[in-house]
Amino acid sequence: MNLIFNIAWTHVSTRVRQTLVGMAGVSMGVGFTIMMAGLMQGSQLDFLRQLVDTMPHITVEDERRSVPTQPAEQEYAAVQMSDIANVGKRPGIKYPESAMSSLRSWIPGDVAPSAKTTAIINHGGARIGITLSGIDPRREVQVSKLTSQMREGKLDDLSRAPNGIIMGEALAEKLGVKTGNTVLLIGGQGVQLNSTVAGLYRSGLKRVDESQIYSLMGPAQVMMGQSGVVNQLRLRLNDPMSAQKVAAQVEAQTGYKSVSWQEANADLLSSFTVRDFIVLTVMGAMLLTSSFATYNIISTITHEKRQDIAIMKSLGMREYAVRRIFIIEAAIIGVVGILFGWILGYLLCFGWSKITIFNPLTGSTVPLQIYYSLTHYLIAGGISLVCCAGAAYFPARKATSVHPVEIIRGAS
Amino acid sequence: MTEIALQAVELVRRIEGAVSHTLVNGIDLAVNKGEFVAITGPSGSGKSSLLYLLGLLDAPSEGEVMICGQPTSKLSESDRADVRLTKCGFVFQFHFLLPEFTSLDNVLLPMRAAGTMAESEMRERGLALLGSLGLAEHANKRPNALSGGQRQRVAIARALANRPEIIVADEPTGALDTASTEQVFSILRDIADQGQTVVVVTHDPALAARADRRIHIVDGKIAEITERGGGELVCEVAS
Ligand SMILES: Nc1ncnc2c1ncn2[C@@H]1O[C@H](COP(=O)(O)OP(=O)(O)O)[C@@H](O)[C@H]1O
Ligand SMILES: [Mg+2]
Repeated sequence: MNLIFNIAWTHVSTRVRQTLVGMAGVSMGVGFTIMMAGLMQGSQLDFLRQLVDTMPHITVEDERRSVPTQPAEQEYAAVQMSDIANVGKRPGIKYPESAMSSLRSWIPGDVAPSAKTTAIINHGGARIGITLSGIDPRREVQVSKLTSQMREGKLDDLSRAPNGIIMGEALAEKLGVKTGNTVLLIGGQGVQLNSTVAGLYRSGLKRVDESQIYSLMGPAQVMMGQSGVVNQLRLRLNDPMSAQKVAAQVEAQTGYKSVSWQEANADLLSSFTVRDFIVLTVMGAMLLTSSFATYNIISTITHEKRQDIAIMKSLGMREYAVRRIFIIEAAIIGVVGILFGWILGYLLCFGWSKITIFNPLTGSTVPLQIYYSLTHYLIAGGISLVCCAGAAYFPARKATSVHPVEIIRGAS
Repeated sequence: MTEIALQAVELVRRIEGAVSHTLVNGIDLAVNKGEFVAITGPSGSGKSSLLYLLGLLDAPSEGEVMICGQPTSKLSESDRADVRLTKCGFVFQFHFLLPEFTSLDNVLLPMRAAGTMAESEMRERGLALLGSLGLAEHANKRPNALSGGQRQRVAIARALANRPEIIVADEPTGALDTASTEQVFSILRDIADQGQTVVVVTHDPALAARADRRIHIVDGKIAEITERGGGELVCEVAS
């Protein structure tokens, strides 16, 4: 083994330039891969964090996931009913208080009620459709980050102003209203309500900021024309990633449609998957190409060393032992290249994290989010090492499988 | 009763191809331990091919090579490599030294590959071998700093490294000047006199004359065997 390492070392150390090119190839592949992984996962996690902070982790709605089966369907298998209006069904979750206390007893998190409806906000000739959620400020703090997202005013101010509402800064800007102004809300049943802007928030998610308005439960229920109704429970979990599982359990227990944040954002998340796939493919290709220089140098060495290979085999060295010389050469190039690639990757990530970009979602300038993960380094290094070993294996196998007699005859 | 170190039994080596070609065509030969055998013959008569078979570098199409009484035709490629490593030493017309290594390291190569000795023991033996071949002061030189004769002697030292039973040499002096040729001759003679078996292919009648036995090959067959001292012994070859 010592001998083999010795020969391998001699081969690479007498070809400084080629060896350095090989190492540089590996370094760049590994470095850029780490950078891409850090940037990609960083931006993704940043986005998810915003999403998870802003949205309820699970929303329980006062509807069933499937249309209730009709008596005729239960009676006759061949009957199919469609276009049946669900008449006479009172909206809202039944006994919301007991449902909530039952949920609180087992979910790892908290739950708050809300009354959600749609309305039109009318101000100075502008009419904009919005979602109005009536909330309970004391409980809201348990389930949302709304408190920390407040830019002006506080949640408690909802009860101080007459029919107080809190709207997103983006919407306020669009309407040209300020805290303390009055706007007119028009509900689906034609109910009209003069409301005072009690505060402004900014979640960072544009579609939320431009359309989501909060009030106390009372005004929202008035807008719906249903006093006392709670048509939505919002859950916040200690572990947002468990939302899908918990949502299924909640749905099974309550019978109400329970939507996890993942389900609500399935389109976004699936676009992430596509993005992940593309980026992973690019990174894999990068690592593969970065080992081409290694392939090149090992091919050259095995070609130049045909006679040495022949004599080592004729002296009685086993073929695999001779082959291992060249694998070790690639490993030397690979390992040194990977070490420098790690340093390069770290420096690139560090450099990017100093760069600030304008984020159109939040409308602010923020540093690029980089995710530092040991896994990135290990995976990039591991794949690179395998690529190098592969790059060496094929030329080495070809060169060492030649029968020594062929070379020896040719040389003498 | 003299011990037989190397024996060939009805040895045949054929190249199968579009045109089949018989390189070695039924050779029977027994070489005693410590014997010095010279193989002569016209160019292209199959001398090298025979030597590769005797040194287990190549496998016969038919027949058997026995090394110290052990048949070898059933051995796998890697088992044959093991036998070569410990029992056969090769010297070729070209020295085939590893260019990046010193003389000493080249001589150490087979010992290191065998891995049976301690490093200090190997170095001691390597230096002793180089010394005995008059290369003591060249131990730390690379091949390109040596003359042709010196390189060939390093190659002989390498062949001797693992104390093989058999040394096979294919025209070892083919590329050397007269003085170096003479040096290499006497080294090979000494090796045989010390009990190792030497089979050498040569064009040089002077070297052949110093062998214990000369085997003349024509068209892959033994045409004539000459014993030293005991006049000419013409071998009838069945055709
Ligand atoms: N692989 C091969 N294919 C075809 N012919 C070969 C091959 N190897 C050697 N020969 C031929 O076999 C003959 C014997 O070769 P060789 O044993 O090298 O002879 P010598 O060493 O006596 O000159 C030569 O004519 C050579 O050209
Ligand atoms: Mg020849």
